[in-house]
Amino acid sequence: MVDTVSNAANSPALNQPWQKLGLKEDEYQRIKDILGRRPTSAELAMYSVMWSEHCSYKSSKVHLKQFGEKTPDNNVLLVGIGENAGVVDIGDGWAVTFKVESHNHPSFIEPYQGAATGVGGIVRDILAMGARPLAVMDSLRFGAADAADTARVLNGAVAGIGGYGNSLGLPNIGGETVFHESYAGNPLVNALCVGAMKHDQILKSGANEVGDLVLLYGAATGGDGIGGVSVLASEVFDEAAPSARPSVQVGDPFMEKLLIEATLEMARAGLIEAIQDLGGAGLSCATSEMASNGSGGMRVQLDTVPLRDASLSPEEILMSESQERMCAIVDPVNLDQVLAICEKWDLTATVIGEVTDTNKLEIYWHDELIVDVPPQTVAHEGPVYNRPMQRPANQDELIADSAAKLAMPTTGAEIKADLLKLLSHANLADKFGITEQYDKYVRGDTVLSAPDDAGMVRIDRKTGKGVALALDGNGRFCKLDPYLGAQLNLAEAYRNVAMSGATPIAVTNCLNFGSPEDPAVMWQFAEAVSGLADAALEFGTPVTGGNVSFYNQTGEIAILPTPVIGVLGVIEEVGKRITRVYSNPGSKVYLLGETRAEIDGSTWAEIIHNHLGGVPPKLDITAEKLLARCMRNFAAYGIAEAAHDISDGGLLTALAEMVYDSGIGMKIEISQELAAGAMLFSESASRAIVVVPENGITAFNQLCEQLEQPVTLIGEISAEGAGLEITGLLELSYQELTAAFQTPLLPH
Amino acid sequence: MTTRVGIITFPGTLDDRDAATAVALGGAQAVPLWHKDTNLNGVDAVILPGGFSYGDYLRAGALASMSPIMQQVIKAADQGMPVLGICNGFQMLCETGLLPGALTRNKDLHFICRPELITITNNKTAWTNFFQPGAELLIPVKNGEGCYQVSPESLPEIEAKGLVVARYNNNPNGSMNDIAAITNEAGNVVGIMPHPEHAVDGLVGAGVDGLGFFWSIAGVTV
Repeated sequence: MVDTVSNAANSPALNQPWQKLGLKEDEYQRIKDILGRRPTSAELAMYSVMWSEHCSYKSSKVHLKQFGEKTPDNNVLLVGIGENAGVVDIGDGWAVTFKVESHNHPSFIEPYQGAATGVGGIVRDILAMGARPLAVMDSLRFGAADAADTARVLNGAVAGIGGYGNSLGLPNIGGETVFHESYAGNPLVNALCVGAMKHDQILKSGANEVGDLVLLYGAATGGDGIGGVSVLASEVFDEAAPSARPSVQVGDPFMEKLLIEATLEMARAGLIEAIQDLGGAGLSCATSEMASNGSGGMRVQLDTVPLRDASLSPEEILMSESQERMCAIVDPVNLDQVLAICEKWDLTATVIGEVTDTNKLEIYWHDELIVDVPPQTVAHEGPVYNRPMQRPANQDELIADSAAKLAMPTTGAEIKADLLKLLSHANLADKFGITEQYDKYVRGDTVLSAPDDAGMVRIDRKTGKGVALALDGNGRFCKLDPYLGAQLNLAEAYRNVAMSGATPIAVTNCLNFGSPEDPAVMWQFAEAVSGLADAALEFGTPVTGGNVSFYNQTGEIAILPTPVIGVLGVIEEVGKRITRVYSNPGSKVYLLGETRAEIDGSTWAEIIHNHLGGVPPKLDITAEKLLARCMRNFAAYGIAEAAHDISDGGLLTALAEMVYDSGIGMKIEISQELAAGAMLFSESASRAIVVVPENGITAFNQLCEQLEQPVTLIGEISAEGAGLEITGLLELSYQELTAAFQTPLLPH
Repeated sequence: MTTRVGIITFPGTLDDRDAATAVALGGAQAVPLWHKDTNLNGVDAVILPGGFSYGDYLRAGALASMSPIMQQVIKAADQGMPVLGICNGFQMLCETGLLPGALTRNKDLHFICRPELITITNNKTAWTNFFQPGAELLIPVKNGEGCYQVSPESLPEIEAKGLVVARYNNNPNGSMNDIAAITNEAGNVVGIMPHPEHAVDGLVGAGVDGLGFFWSIAGVTV
């Protein structure tokens, strides 16, 4: 028998499974206080998923508000945090929306579907802003390459990302893949999508006009993903627990492709008043958020929802996370046209309710009232926790344990041996085995993609305007100093975008951390958020939105604190982009920026010595902005033939990557000071290698001098030989480079 | 008069926009056609673009081969109209029987996206007459089911009749006899697994070696 509102009022003492649904006792009490009675089982289901960590941001809210408070005053932001995704102005009437989201826990349990539906979810967020999705990227972290479970998770997740994104016709334009033992039981699968629209095509989610209809369209609702956000994404894995597989959603990219085309056809015809995708928390989220973001209320007839499984209870329908569904608010006069478009694309579309002026969300099941709640209390006024924070007891010990004491390579032979070990390590080796599983050509606007430093897509074929994107994380730096580490992450993504010649303008993030109930993790989180907000303000690039993924830990062991930062840049003419591939023998090779012997937390320390300790490299945001300004000028004037940022593995690794990608050799002559191991593998920030052809050298030097950019001539492109030669120190043949870079990522 | 090339969009078609761009770059006019259309709107040629039509459910290309517009395409092809099936379009042409054989899962079971060298072995078709025989082209493959298979009895026949239009220099997917593209006996219907429409603009594709296919249909000669 269905639990109605009147039934709830008449049976206050009923024992309800709030604990099993992931609610705490005081949260359950709060629901009773709000309603003035016990919740019905349907209301309890809604509150439980919407008040989960994943949906309510209850542990992170108090920190995340800094992103709004520290927004640079530059009018870039058209839609800020709070809608499905942030939107930025890129000029000429174009608006771009981009966002990154985690699907970590599902991807561990069922890697293919977990990763696939991660892509599907972020694409729908972009679509829900009214944008045409244009490209995807992914940031992946797995356990050590030789760990027993890594192959299962990696192969499944990569196939899932490819299988879903390829079937949608969205090019995958880059990302990162990192291996570290801390991710063995908690892989990170973060997916980014970028989309574009004209300013007047931006859609929002608030249902405002009384009498407008609530239209559910796309896939039918099934029993998959029930409680995904509360059970999966908000709890620590317990090895003894029963399989959580039924909580993972199953994706159908074909249906999503139809959703994209139908939604854009309706939106461009002006037939949609508001829209929201159904992702985490399904209909509970869509109905309560659209009502809460709007000015009135909403009445829903839940029994009209098309079902894949007729036996589903109303509670299950409200909690189901079945994929490929959208909810639109439609003016009744437009209904016939909207239904015709859905029919054209063979999509089921059903009016499930209407907008009211009651300020209540009322849900009926066969004419019986089963939900009667103020929608704000479900969607936006959930619990807020100011969780205890405590700097870890061993943080001082960790910082004191500098890599400076490690044995440094000194001779050319030793440096070469270390370099080859770096290049053949899964973290630096060529990722073609992964990226070749992704379509990068479809839509015909991909200008840059992996392994370029940033991905780039053309937005406007007439003017050549485009956007560049980079997605970067560095859990090692964040472990040593989460405040500075998060800033260095942002700096690296910013620099990668700048390398392409684009101007970085906005930031998104996916914050992957352990349990917020651990004060040490909470301290890491708070520090990282502050660092990121402060740096974003100083860079002049607003944080447009983001996602928090907590509970990435197995038992007591949390992952490395891993904010993954996405930076978006604009380029006026994509034809002027700079790649990292050069082609002209005789061109000069320059090192921009200053190198210090900064090897704490470096890739060298990790791979050669399995060491993590000390303090991360220092960051001078002014220097970083200057480097970006130089790159923008090099691109605009066509001065640079190729460029590559220096990060993981330092100068020597960056040179090796350029030689390997270009297939033409480089002859480097550097000072004795720079030729030391600690300098060659140092990860000092704000540095890049730039290759300048003969006819650009004068202008290049003038620009660097005028802008006061530190620059050192370090060599030239070889007329013969395809290897990397560092005079007086070492020589690496192209065969040696290829053999190292093409080492299989996973041992067979 | 400008050649009018119909580009058919099925639900799940993905490279229709790219095919239209390539047709225009080649000098012909692209005409959008919809899978529920029951006539070809007077076009001179048809391209079945890549993608995952109908989600590739049942088998790749199988459902598309039953769609209303395909009945018109089959009729027109039998009367000599040039038809090019790219990737998923190639799979459809095999499913309809306009071309012999079938495309199965790649030998390593993965989707592969990368530029591959192919060699033109038949320049007599409507879609390859611009090329010299033996021309080497760099064209991207991007598919999960691109392994060309045909019965052991038919293979010698296909070879003897010169129906192989292009071969891979380094076979990426296990296709029999390195076959990348084939034609029918009349030479008007061509199925190709690599994507020439993604090799027409060096800024966003893999070079420009694919332009010759679109010059061929537009009637461009050197």
